[in-house]
Amino acid sequence: MSGPVIATRDLAIGWSPSELLLEHASFQVERGEVFGILGRSAAGKSTLLRVLIGLESPIAGDLDVLGERPQATIASHKRPSFGVMYQHGALFGALTVGQNVGLPLEVWTDLPADAVRAIARAKLALVGLGDTVDQSPATLSGGMRKRAAIARALALEPPLLFLDEPCSGLDPVTSAEIDHLIATLAHAYGLTIVLVTHERSTIQTIVDRCIVLDRGERRIVAGGVPAELAQHPIPEVRAFFVPAGPLEGE
Amino acid sequence: MTPWQATREGNRIILVGELLIDDATAIWRTLQRLTRAPGKHLDLDLGHASAIDGAVLSLLAALRAQLIARGTSCELVGARDELRPLVHLQGADAAPPPRPPPRTPPPGGIARIGAGIERMAHETRDLIGFFGELVASSWQVVRRPRTVNWRSVGGHIERAAADGIPIVVLLDFLVGFVIAIQTMYVLELYGAEVFIADMVGISVTRELIPLMTAIIMSGRSGAAFAAELGTMRIDQEIDALRTMGISPMPYLVMPRVLALTIAAPLLTLLGDVVAILGGALVAVHGMELTSEMYFNELRLAVLFSDVWTGLVKSVGFGLTIAFIGCQQGLATSGSAEGVGRRTTSAVVACLFAIVLLDTAFTVVFRVVLG
Repeated sequence: MSGPVIATRDLAIGWSPSELLLEHASFQVERGEVFGILGRSAAGKSTLLRVLIGLESPIAGDLDVLGERPQATIASHKRPSFGVMYQHGALFGALTVGQNVGLPLEVWTDLPADAVRAIARAKLALVGLGDTVDQSPATLSGGMRKRAAIARALALEPPLLFLDEPCSGLDPVTSAEIDHLIATLAHAYGLTIVLVTHERSTIQTIVDRCIVLDRGERRIVAGGVPAELAQHPIPEVRAFFVPAGPLEGE
Repeated sequence: MTPWQATREGNRIILVGELLIDDATAIWRTLQRLTRAPGKHLDLDLGHASAIDGAVLSLLAALRAQLIARGTSCELVGARDELRPLVHLQGADAAPPPRPPPRTPPPGGIARIGAGIERMAHETRDLIGFFGELVASSWQVVRRPRTVNWRSVGGHIERAAADGIPIVVLLDFLVGFVIAIQTMYVLELYGAEVFIADMVGISVTRELIPLMTAIIMSGRSGAAFAAELGTMRIDQEIDALRTMGISPMPYLVMPRVLALTIAAPLLTLLGDVVAILGGALVAVHGMELTSEMYFNELRLAVLFSDVWTGLVKSVGFGLTIAFIGCQQGLATSGSAEGVGRRTTSAVVACLFAIVLLDTAFTVVFRVVLG
């Protein structure tokens, strides 16, 4: 398929037409890029992500993800064409880590159990958790849960991955490891990755292109490559691209 | 024609075409068939693979590990340059991991019984510990009454008592109604219809309504307390309270215990009244009795001690339900599944404790009151 992986036009999202978080949002995500959705807390980043993955409907506007409207994919219970990693991992506590990763394969393929287990083990090894296959998710740290969630999101070999705050709440070392993992996956698999973040280290390290949301303005206030946005006239935008330290205006 | 092929030529399996997850099942089965007699050396040749994804590479890596474990040396060979990073990332070219230790067999019947007894002993110990903590906290409350979240007591009473009124009224009315119907035929046989008031009045006030109300409260309040506190526990709200220097015992547990200790007798008293009315409905419309006859007999049959012993029981039941619900909630660990498990345990433990307590009360009242 040629053309952008994600295309939005005049998208409006929020709780109701009178309570919008974002409007007139038009952007495109190209194949193979790591695309960041940035903004300070409560700017509507996670809500935009929920709209992009089809969990919520836009109030207005057009949305195309891999040639489909994701809300229709969710409603028709079709095999998902993208993987999602939720902020806290959202691993199922009743299953082992390996079963969590193997679950999409069990549901969407007719692979025998030993093959599902082999793939789950390999995916976990890929994210550095090869020895946790039989463990309960409750025994994993926050960073490990996020890694396991990435492994689960990769189970069906999707061309597109959504990551919600992949590094929030992690120490700098673990955060850097996750950033490295995301960059490696994007390169080796040729994945398109859309990530929601406000971590400046992530933005500066792995994001190819991004948009910046602003709650007060209720719109995309800037978009482009990080190096250009570091010179942006709006200080709140510029603040995302300067070396770590307090944000301007804070 | 499939977009892929796998054929064996001597000590080489040649993989051709697009090897993707949609064909993974067929690829896996074919490879298993081709490696039934692997020999001493067998290579997996990717030289003719135009595309391969992570899932199929995982399977090739697993197959390679299987072959090596069976004594066959095996390598992935011929991968084109653009596939090599993926092959490397998936570990398909690395030394296979050591074989996992054999799984320990599941414990036998006796071991499971032993584990169950051990678990019960732990639970009992935790329960006793929790009771001790509650008693100790009571002393703390006397010294520092501000540590109790008094404002929440009213809300808990409202949820446990006021919100429970419809279901208590309906079920307890039906209890009185059913008892009257079950006994009316026997009483009619002996011409003793008027004693239906004795039957209904004594059985509901002494025994059935305190018990039935407690069962309802176990399902509503016991489960709710366990789920609320369990969720707070896994969301680290309890930890946050502790780090703010607030003990969850007076702040969270005491108000709930107090609320149920007040709500239980109130609901029981209401239940007594509606159950007696349920009996009256059967007596007046199903038998040849007037309401005056029914209530006159009731006044003679039901003593004040019948009512208060029922109410004393209900106080004990309310306290027990709140105690168990809170204990199970605060013992929650893990995730949402842990909350569900503890909520179920809370209801089961409440029902068990209520029946035990009821037996104890009945024996004590029998000995003391005759």
